[in-house]
Amino acid sequence: MYKYIFRRILLLIPVILGVSFVVFTIMFFTPGDPAQIMLGERAPAEEVAQLREQMGLNKPFFVQFFNFIKNALRGDLGRSLTTKRPVYDELMSRFPQTMQLAAAAVLVAVVLGIPIGILSATKQYSVFDMVAMVFALVGVSMPNFWQGLMMILLFSIVLRWLPSSGYGTFRHLIMPALTIGTSSMALITRMTRSSMLEVVRQDYIRTARAKGLSERVVINRHALKNALIPVITVIGLQFGYLLGGAVLTETIFSWPGVGRLMVEAIRSKDFPVVQGGVLLLAITFSVVNLVVDILYAYIDPRIKAQYK
Amino acid sequence: MENTEIKKETKKRGQWKEVWRRLKKNKLAMVGLVVLVLIILTALFADFVAPYGYREQNLSKITLKPNAEHLLGTDDLGRDILSRIIYGTRISLLVGIVAVTFSIIVGGILGAAAGFYGGVLDNIIMRIMDIMLAIPSILLAIALVTAFGGGLFNVMIAIGISSLPAYARVVKAAVISIKEQEFIEAAKAIGARDFRIIAAHIIPNSLAPIIVQGTLGVASAILSVAGLSFIGLGIQPPTPEWGSMLSNGRYLIRTAWHVATFPGIAIMITIFALNVLGDGLRDALDPRLKQ
Repeated sequence: MYKYIFRRILLLIPVILGVSFVVFTIMFFTPGDPAQIMLGERAPAEEVAQLREQMGLNKPFFVQFFNFIKNALRGDLGRSLTTKRPVYDELMSRFPQTMQLAAAAVLVAVVLGIPIGILSATKQYSVFDMVAMVFALVGVSMPNFWQGLMMILLFSIVLRWLPSSGYGTFRHLIMPALTIGTSSMALITRMTRSSMLEVVRQDYIRTARAKGLSERVVINRHALKNALIPVITVIGLQFGYLLGGAVLTETIFSWPGVGRLMVEAIRSKDFPVVQGGVLLLAITFSVVNLVVDILYAYIDPRIKAQYK
Repeated sequence: MENTEIKKETKKRGQWKEVWRRLKKNKLAMVGLVVLVLIILTALFADFVAPYGYREQNLSKITLKPNAEHLLGTDDLGRDILSRIIYGTRISLLVGIVAVTFSIIVGGILGAAAGFYGGVLDNIIMRIMDIMLAIPSILLAIALVTAFGGGLFNVMIAIGISSLPAYARVVKAAVISIKEQEFIEAAKAIGARDFRIIAAHIIPNSLAPIIVQGTLGVASAILSVAGLSFIGLGIQPPTPEWGSMLSNGRYLIRTAWHVATFPGIAIMITIFALNVLGDGLRDALDPRLKQ
């Protein structure tokens, strides 16, 4: 078991290095001179050249990449071109809010999605099932930023129940979390339902029923455990989608997270911040998937057995 | 020789006929197909369907609520929203189709190479795909568009690149499951070249998962471009793109709800149609999945 965990953690290193390389390369070829942006358009050429030298922008590509990694390991992701503050500090001051939002969204998706999926499967073709499936399809098809706007329209402008933007209280969290979480919830509902439907047709469920177990025990103890295995993978993968969705949702609700910071940085051509933001969210996603994989191994004895 | 050619032809037609028969039974998928056809027709005949031009402004009629003259109202420049949505079908479909075609071609080649040759090549390709998968695709698209600039072409390619790994994986899985089968061995035995085996035998037999992935992929590409435009990175005004219309409507939401509402519904209907059709195709192409 520990061997498996250790192996998975080791595998994370090349992935993170690879992600850094991809992100660094994209930003390296971005038109626009960071030194010029930092000093402003009317800065004298010599000053810009001096800053370029100072920032190491004249060095070859791989030297620059190597320096970037070296600095990143020490938590130095460069400085924001607009605020001149370290990118790391900028990101870290926003990161908890983004995680808060993503966690709330996952919670919404899991707490609603799994039970609805189970109910749908156990009552296949019932009215509940049909309604749930239509909702799930609509949920997957809605652009989340539009859903956010519609919620603002309904709950803030028409009904005046919830604040349309800002951060701080639980009431501020409700709409952004629902906005990001809805499509994941819809997906998890559908996933749980189809996985459940597959499992209840297995022989071991028939055996469980045949030996006279109550339906509740059959579902809770025998079916659910097996049905949830693929669902957990989806939850892990959805987390990446949620982090991506945060970029749009945070903008709509003026939520002070990494996503909104990135959108602002894109507008002001503040590339180090965009670079750092993408990197931070991608690493977070990788770490979450690592945790999910390890959880998976605990839940699925088949994986455990491989590493005995 | 001629005989076998004919036989193969009829067998193939029979297979697709069977898929169509199964698809027809799926009501939801048929709804999706009909809606999609209507959307495509709308895009093709936008000039005839749209009551106004997409950049036709009327500053005396700004942010009008929906009425008989402007069924879905007007925006802050007095442009007819219905007409802009109708012209917007062109952009969304174009982006969806071009981005997915790009992903299918490039991802398909990578996946086929990885699956067919295996070994080091497989390892290199799939590790690169893993790295790309580690970056949430909308973030990768954002980074690419930031770097290469917005505009229709760049956005399409950025979305195409950011969804490459999914296609590479699907194609690789399909190729692996096929390459061990006897007819491939037979082709090898009679001395067919790798390229011919891949193009003539493997690709036609792995079309099913690609079609499904492609249909669903058009939906997510349309969502991505709308998302990019929404944060000002995608397609620039006055091009009537649904995401940028929404973005514009966002600032007017307190005074003119309809500006943001209708483009969103257009996106939702399109995505819904593509999703149910994609699901239906999946069931129809692979009956084993449906019990």
